Amino acid sequence: MNFQPDLAPPQLLAISALDFVWIVVGLLVMFTFLSVMVLVQVWLERKVLGRLQRRLGPTRTGPMGLMQPVADAVKLILKEDIIPAESEKAIFWIAPVIVVVSAFMIWVTIPGSPDAVIQNLESLGLFYIIAFAVVGILGLVLAGWGSANKYGTLGGLRAAAQLISYEIPVIMVVIAVAMLAQSMNMKEIVAQQSPYPYVLLQPLGLVVFFIAGLAEVGRTPFDIYLAESEIVGGPFVEYSGAHWSVFFLAEYLNTFAIAALTVLLFFGGWSGPFLSGNWDIIWFFAKVYAVILVIFWIRGTFPRLRIDQLMAFAWKVMVPLSFYTIVITGIYMFYNWPPWTLTLMSVAGLVVVAYIIYRRLTGPANRVAEIRARQEEQRTARQRGREAVAP
Amino acid sequence: MSWVLFILLAVVTLVGGVGVVATRNVVHAALSLLVSLLAVAGIYLILFAEFLALVQVLIYGGAIIIVLLFAIMLTRSSEYPRISDNRQWPIGLVAAVGLLAVLAASFWISQHQSAGPESPALGNLANSLFTRWAIPFEVASLVLLVALIGAIIIARTGEDEG
Repeated sequence: MNFQPDLAPPQLLAISALDFVWIVVGLLVMFTFLSVMVLVQVWLERKVLGRLQRRLGPTRTGPMGLMQPVADAVKLILKEDIIPAESEKAIFWIAPVIVVVSAFMIWVTIPGSPDAVIQNLESLGLFYIIAFAVVGILGLVLAGWGSANKYGTLGGLRAAAQLISYEIPVIMVVIAVAMLAQSMNMKEIVAQQSPYPYVLLQPLGLVVFFIAGLAEVGRTPFDIYLAESEIVGGPFVEYSGAHWSVFFLAEYLNTFAIAALTVLLFFGGWSGPFLSGNWDIIWFFAKVYAVILVIFWIRGTFPRLRIDQLMAFAWKVMVPLSFYTIVITGIYMFYNWPPWTLTLMSVAGLVVVAYIIYRRLTGPANRVAEIRARQEEQRTARQRGREAVAP
Repeated sequence: MSWVLFILLAVVTLVGGVGVVATRNVVHAALSLLVSLLAVAGIYLILFAEFLALVQVLIYGGAIIIVLLFAIMLTRSSEYPRISDNRQWPIGLVAAVGLLAVLAASFWISQHQSAGPESPALGNLANSLFTRWAIPFEVASLVLLVALIGAIIIARTGEDEG
């Protein structure tokens, strides 16, 4: 009987001092780079939203308002940090940390080009990203509960319900992509997309992933758990100053991560013409910022959904569609059909759902018109009856 | 190195477990459970079960704790956070000792096979899950389905009476 568990042999766990230094340097570079990216994104969002709403956006601080996010950051850090007297201090403190740490941890294995990655997880990269994205939800729920505020608690509940529901279609579509690539290694997934990016094979997958991803990071059509006009900011209602800015940072990091994942999973990652080697990273960022612009465009265009509409959409549309995506990918893989069949099945699903949504959207208006027509008919019939009696 | 890590993680797991039963606050108990479950994920990692570790983080560290907190917050316990019911501790003790006995017995009986320090390929895992272990896998999902339908029925009857 051997009671010793098979632990990893020491030579595999021991990392040399040089490796350790490199990892620390890599993480510091990643942290700084992502923080700068967040500042750029904040500026871009204010400018783009301004244009969409026929405003100029920030213009005063620096050329074209470029220094505005820096000024915002300085203001936020200098603000007084208020902790409510009734709050659970420990939970109130730890909640933003959970949110932002999970947002940064995702980026450890997201590659910008074949070499621009801290640690490419060979067998489980995609799964790692999914697993740590879920942990961030916990921070929102705890923030809502810990701040001892009814709006906060409501927001926390909404965050838990919404984010868990939309996690399912995201995971299912990611499974379909992993099936197509036969791998969960991010580099391998990008390499597999060299003739056709997966957006051509799986347009339905892209739509489901993008919408569910937007709901996952709580961007505007789906920011039910923040909803300033209903629950005054939800989990963040009691947070101020540096604590609030940490949540803000995490939200922008997650938006950036969803854009990067959309590009890596569906638009061929860093592959593109004219550039080779590590210059590929320019393609990656061009694509990522194109996706981010679409996200801002959606934010400037759509009003916020209601919570029941949001949940119904998740469970009645997104989840069945994501299962459909897996099934058609399985059929395609199993029978080894030519690629265009998968495109055809995917587009068919998209068209059917678009038609159903169109009918649902125009349904109430049609019904009102129907009722009006019937009332009109009854009125004319009554009139005719009166005329018949009158003489 | 690995033994130091193992002992560290085991201590964190046990501290989390004791925290679950010792604290009077339900939310703190849920958080202690989270600490304990994440430490178990760490133990999986030093056993070279990377996939299992990530599943632990995704399912237990993320989804299950969030749903637990959701349920706790829905029962309005945030207004009465310090109430806890300890009348059932003898039953809990019997269940815990029973589980320990079953686990220890199965450990004694089963041959402890050395798998070697290597994480299995994901494809092999999927193959054995859907061929050799297909029936236990399906039974487990059936149990979850039954629980789901049961929850809906309980919720529905409450709605009719109220």
